[in-house]
Amino acid sequence: MPNPLPQNSVGIVSSKSMLFDTPLELACGRTLESYELVYESYGKLNEDKSNAILVCHALSGDHHLAGYYSEEDKKPGWWEAYVGPGKPLDTDRFFIICPNNIGGCHGSTGPASTNPDTGKVWGADFPALRVRDWVHSQARLADRLGIEQWAAVVGGSLGGMQAMRWALEYPERLRHCVVIASAMKLSAQNIAFNETARSAIQSDPNFKQGHYLEHNTLPARGLSVARMIGHITYLSDDGMGKKFGRDLRSGTFQQGTEEPVEFQIESYLRYQGSKFSTAFDANTYILMTKALDYFDLAREYEHDAAQAFRHAQCKFLVVSFTSDWRFAPERSQEIVDALMQADRDVCYAEIDSPYGHDAFLVGNQSRYWDVFHSYMSKVN
Amino acid sequence: MRLDYSIVANWVEPNSQVLDLGCGDGSLLKQLRDEKNVHGYGLEINSENILRSIQNDINVIERDIEGGLTNFADKRFDTVIMSQAIQTLKRPDQALAEMLRVGRECIITFPNFGHWKARLMLATKGRMPVSDLLPYEWYNTPNIHFCTFKDFDFMCRTLGARIINREVIANGSAGKALQGLHPNLFGETALYRVSKD
Repeated sequence: MPNPLPQNSVGIVSSKSMLFDTPLELACGRTLESYELVYESYGKLNEDKSNAILVCHALSGDHHLAGYYSEEDKKPGWWEAYVGPGKPLDTDRFFIICPNNIGGCHGSTGPASTNPDTGKVWGADFPALRVRDWVHSQARLADRLGIEQWAAVVGGSLGGMQAMRWALEYPERLRHCVVIASAMKLSAQNIAFNETARSAIQSDPNFKQGHYLEHNTLPARGLSVARMIGHITYLSDDGMGKKFGRDLRSGTFQQGTEEPVEFQIESYLRYQGSKFSTAFDANTYILMTKALDYFDLAREYEHDAAQAFRHAQCKFLVVSFTSDWRFAPERSQEIVDALMQADRDVCYAEIDSPYGHDAFLVGNQSRYWDVFHSYMSKVN
Repeated sequence: MRLDYSIVANWVEPNSQVLDLGCGDGSLLKQLRDEKNVHGYGLEINSENILRSIQNDINVIERDIEGGLTNFADKRFDTVIMSQAIQTLKRPDQALAEMLRVGRECIITFPNFGHWKARLMLATKGRMPVSDLLPYEWYNTPNIHFCTFKDFDFMCRTLGARIINREVIANGSAGKALQGLHPNLFGETALYRVSKD
């Protein structure tokens, strides 16, 4: 934690947990008899409970949205730049809540939890999840907190898909829907990257068909490669070039030497991959990427996105980033076109940014901040 | 309220669907929504204007209208407005054709290059006009396709567009008195309401 703590940080936070023992029917046809949701919240819920904002996390995200866990904590939550007093998600005005999705690996019930039927770790037997399952579980969280209607549901990437699904599944339960760097469905290329990442995990000898925890082992190398593949797609060519170029970390190209060469980007990816492989669960990664692959906003609306959005009642903000090739601005423009066809209220901004898909997480981007802040200041 | 906005507002039906191309800070759409319960979208490319529009709480979409309006169905909107922007486009004729396709009616306003001050400046000084209304040098102006009333009339005929209304705004009492007599000479701002069935 920086010392002194900046005034616009939510400071030291802790997570809470809630147990749900009413069975949750899942889109796959199976039922979770009970489940636990871990979440964090910031700001105060007002008396009529009208100032609550739900933030949905992305693929490898969790519930730690902002703040620090202790004074020694070096790294704040993933959206520190945009959550706090005076920030777009202003904790002086809003009560902001971010749950770890079921199927996750940071406290909520997931593949590493115990299956109550068998007394063993779920592992690969954990039910397949779809975006709508998360939305339904979040709606129950809202029920328990007495929140009938969110001031806004906000999400980037996979979080944006949850936000859109919210607008269709519970139209009267949100006033605003903020969809950042997202898409109504994945492209074949997106699915291909996800499948490559899953293959990396599944081909690790330690994967044991997903029952690695029972075997007291971890497919760390596979997960690390999966993360490296993902990471490459989250950055832009240009951004990567600017940050790493062809700089060497070790070795030399000098003729007459055989010393092996390591580029900065290689060492960076390896470090990120290895860090991720100990902090994240391989089954969760598989499960979440599959939820991404399955998502198709308009599937049950005759594949007509405008028809889908006619069910929504809220206002929308859609934001994309120029260098995002994972969920390119065109994907956001499709959302906007469908919303306009459906006569829904929508603002759209395309932020000039070198940070690729990850841009939605990166601070110090003045135009992103201004657009987000201006829109949220109209939310009441 | 801007005079041209009040004329435009008079031409827009209450409770109708409007598309404003180059919506600026969104104040026209805001006025139409607040006073006539119009539901609308503004397309804009300038980031400052987009921010102002968001602050004005209107539906603003970041999009370059030069790319066309292909995402909108035929006659999707009751009125398509382009206020003080057509002279900045690469192909005003294609833009107007698209406007006529997606809108039942179109409203276009533009600075009249046939105004006597512009003519006088070109005739006497031999230089491109720079005035309050056109405060740019020829090399840094966003206005790349100036036209006069007569030019616009001609483009409408070429595209098969019917002129429903035509208004002129002129500043100064002399201009106001003379604009009806000779709009192409005394009108500073041209306002057209056109349609194509």
